[in-house]
Amino acid sequence: MHKLLAKLRLRDRHLARLVNIGAPYLWLGLFFLLPFAIVLHISLAETALAQPPYTSLWEWVDDGILQIRLNLQNFSTVFHDELYLAAFLNSLGVALVGTVLCLLIGYPMAYAIATAPERWRVVLLMLIILPFWTSFLIRVYAWISILKPNGLLNHLLMGLGVIDAPLTLLHTQTAIYIGVVYSYLPFMILPLYANLTRLDFSLLEAAADLGCRPFKAFLKVTLPLSLPGLVAGSMLVFIPVVGEFVIPDLLGGPDNLMIGNMLWTEFFGNKDWPLAAALTLSLLGLLVAPFVLMQRLERRIEGEPS
Amino acid sequence: MNHGRWKLYTFLGLGLAFLYLPVLLLIIYSFNESRLVTVWTGFSTQWYRELMQNRQLLEAAWLSVRIAATNATFAVILGTLAANALVRHGRFRGRTGFQLLLTAPLVMPEVITGLSLLLLFVTLEDLVGWPNGRGFTTITIAHITFSMAYVAVVVRSRLSQMDRSLEEAAMDLGARPLRVYLSITLPLIAPALLAGWLLAFTLSLDDLVISSFVAGPGSTTLPMVVYSSVRMGVSPQINALASIVVLIVAVAVCIAGFSLRQRSAGANSPPRA
Repeated sequence: MHKLLAKLRLRDRHLARLVNIGAPYLWLGLFFLLPFAIVLHISLAETALAQPPYTSLWEWVDDGILQIRLNLQNFSTVFHDELYLAAFLNSLGVALVGTVLCLLIGYPMAYAIATAPERWRVVLLMLIILPFWTSFLIRVYAWISILKPNGLLNHLLMGLGVIDAPLTLLHTQTAIYIGVVYSYLPFMILPLYANLTRLDFSLLEAAADLGCRPFKAFLKVTLPLSLPGLVAGSMLVFIPVVGEFVIPDLLGGPDNLMIGNMLWTEFFGNKDWPLAAALTLSLLGLLVAPFVLMQRLERRIEGEPS
Repeated sequence: MNHGRWKLYTFLGLGLAFLYLPVLLLIIYSFNESRLVTVWTGFSTQWYRELMQNRQLLEAAWLSVRIAATNATFAVILGTLAANALVRHGRFRGRTGFQLLLTAPLVMPEVITGLSLLLLFVTLEDLVGWPNGRGFTTITIAHITFSMAYVAVVVRSRLSQMDRSLEEAAMDLGARPLRVYLSITLPLIAPALLAGWLLAFTLSLDDLVISSFVAGPGSTTLPMVVYSSVRMGVSPQINALASIVVLIVAVAVCIAGFSLRQRSAGANSPPRA
């Protein structure tokens, strides 16, 4: 009887394991991993006036002869056309500057929350999380009416007599930076906060007791210990911003194209699916290194007893 | 309190003002009488009334809500299974790959996810005849794929903090694992499930880029309508709509946040984003 029950339990456990691991794996394999194989396939095809608008890679020419045509033209276009190169560089630049700005603004905020009295922390954290979930599109849209030539900011500055003529703010690189910082700041603050709350602040007291100046103690103790949170937050900002579409589209101008816009135009405007696929893979290739870095860090943090 | 702390808190206050002021202005100007969004001429609710008569917009909103609710339900199921796998099955073979697959959609630029899913759907339709056309189903599938990771993060942190003695007691009394899971574990992690559902719902309601790729003709979601209208310029009707969306999301997030805080007040670790 007892043995039977044990056997049954073992079977149940195996079944649970199969479902728990299998179902999400299957879903993500089918709808996340498999698509990339198809993107690769299509990036090697040629555009055609057909539905779907690309040629087939293989063809039976004769009895028993399968002809495979791989078109590398798309990748060579992506790598050699200066327009794409400029867009890639601009995307990386925006992501880099955006990440640094988020860090400079987000670090003191995360630090203030992590060291605030316990009862305030929950509320403050909630205040950071709330905009993070509030419609991204709407938050970007909100900046249009602020930055327009006859917008709220120009009205305010002219009313105060700071400037005489309206500043051109919308459709500039500055507007993109504002949009990026505004939209991605919470992604920086949350992991930093999670890291800083676990920090042992008695180390700082020890440093102070030994005569260390506060700023030096920060550089020598706090900053190195918060490095995992810092890198995690930076990656959470950097990776999605490289492929950002909405912010440059709504706040940027024609000179501030990012790779997300190019991809969108190739796909929806020019209906060049193979080229869009090649752009997607190049963008993906660019993001592999930062993603792997983030994953490694995650595992290291997980390994630590928290 | 010393001088440094005050500086720090002032900075925090300014940062929060930066986060909230634009949305606040947006809401204020949705009650503006003038069509010009930047000049205040008087209080009016006419844009809200016009909004209620905009059929195209209301239809899109209804589609978005249906997609969001379906997405949230499936995302909670799959996300909870994934959290179970990570917390309960220890270091199974392929765990690294599993985790990689689960977190990649979180940071993946939306244009990549959108394009690759569309190409999958087109190819599948070509090969096996499914999905027949694009719309509700394809958008929902796309949303589940990235929402389940968020649910997994929330449920996982709850599951790993959970006190397992009740489960063990039930096991000792002879209950089968599934029974234990359904009648003991699930009620204990219910706040996380609710929070996960609401977060998946708001994520789906908000998505523009991925939906644009995998939508078909005749399946226009709310963000798609908002986007095409925004490209034409600022309009007070969109301000009114945005205010309503902000209100709904804020309520959902507050419920999610507080239901997570409940009963876990002692264990003060936030979900890692």
